[in-house]
Amino acid sequence: MTPEAGTALPELVVRVTRADLVRYAGASGDFNPIHWNERVAREVGLPGVIAHGMLTMALAARAVTGWTGDPAALLEYQVRFGRPVVVPDDDRGAELTVRGTVAALLEDGRARVDLTVTSEGEKVLSLARAVVRLG
Amino acid sequence: MALDRALVGRSYPPSAVYEVGRAKIAEFAAAVGATDRVHHDAEAARAAGHADVIAPPTFAIVVSLEAAFVVLADDEVGLDYSRVVHGEQKFTHHRPIRAGDRLVATTTIDAARTVAGNDLLTARVELATEAGEAVCTSTSMLVARGPA
Repeated sequence: MTPEAGTALPELVVRVTRADLVRYAGASGDFNPIHWNERVAREVGLPGVIAHGMLTMALAARAVTGWTGDPAALLEYQVRFGRPVVVPDDDRGAELTVRGTVAALLEDGRARVDLTVTSEGEKVLSLARAVVRLG
Repeated sequence: MALDRALVGRSYPPSAVYEVGRAKIAEFAAAVGATDRVHHDAEAARAAGHADVIAPPTFAIVVSLEAAFVVLADDEVGLDYSRVVHGEQKFTHHRPIRAGDRLVATTTIDAARTVAGNDLLTARVELATEAGEAVCTSTSMLVARGPA
């Protein structure tokens, strides 16, 4: 089935807690203290501990891979890191909302998907787009 | 200090080999909530046509960001590491990264400019197997914020 341009992907809502940041730090090897140490984050002028931009990018990709049903179908993926996602020191953490739209059908059975990723109503990624192979 | 445009096109020697392991893929997938069985179960991955478990789409960063940091260690680039943030990221997958891959990263400076006191440097990292098969192109734009 080929979707039409303008088709909306199912919305994805994910929560990110401090524990998720620690787990991602270990898995990715990115131990920058601004992602786990409140003191250091504030010293460099941030409002608090922030999520790794690459974690936000990875979570947003799930809106696309969940829709295609095949992680290998994501051929190209790019984002600009706009605004940091501040992760409070509580059990709820921060909430990310990922919305996607089929922006264009391309040659060779591919499509471009544009993503809007927000936290607390603010856009945290911009120019977030993917090229997928359609089943 | 403004970035020297003459840096554009500069390439660095290939990295040491990074061998992709099943456990590392599973750990990374769990950390980003990628529950698809193709990341966790070799049988499921084979049933989907892959030689082994495949990595989630952003896993390449585990190898490529460290490779891109070779430019920060280059004195002639002169980026202040303490002021560097990740501005943009792009992945172009030539095929999925899979367990057993022995990857080599080669970094090239694709762009270098100074805008409003901020140094913007784009590092392109080509990930290929030891045998030379192209796997992923990972492009990272690094921003060194100018002194306030």
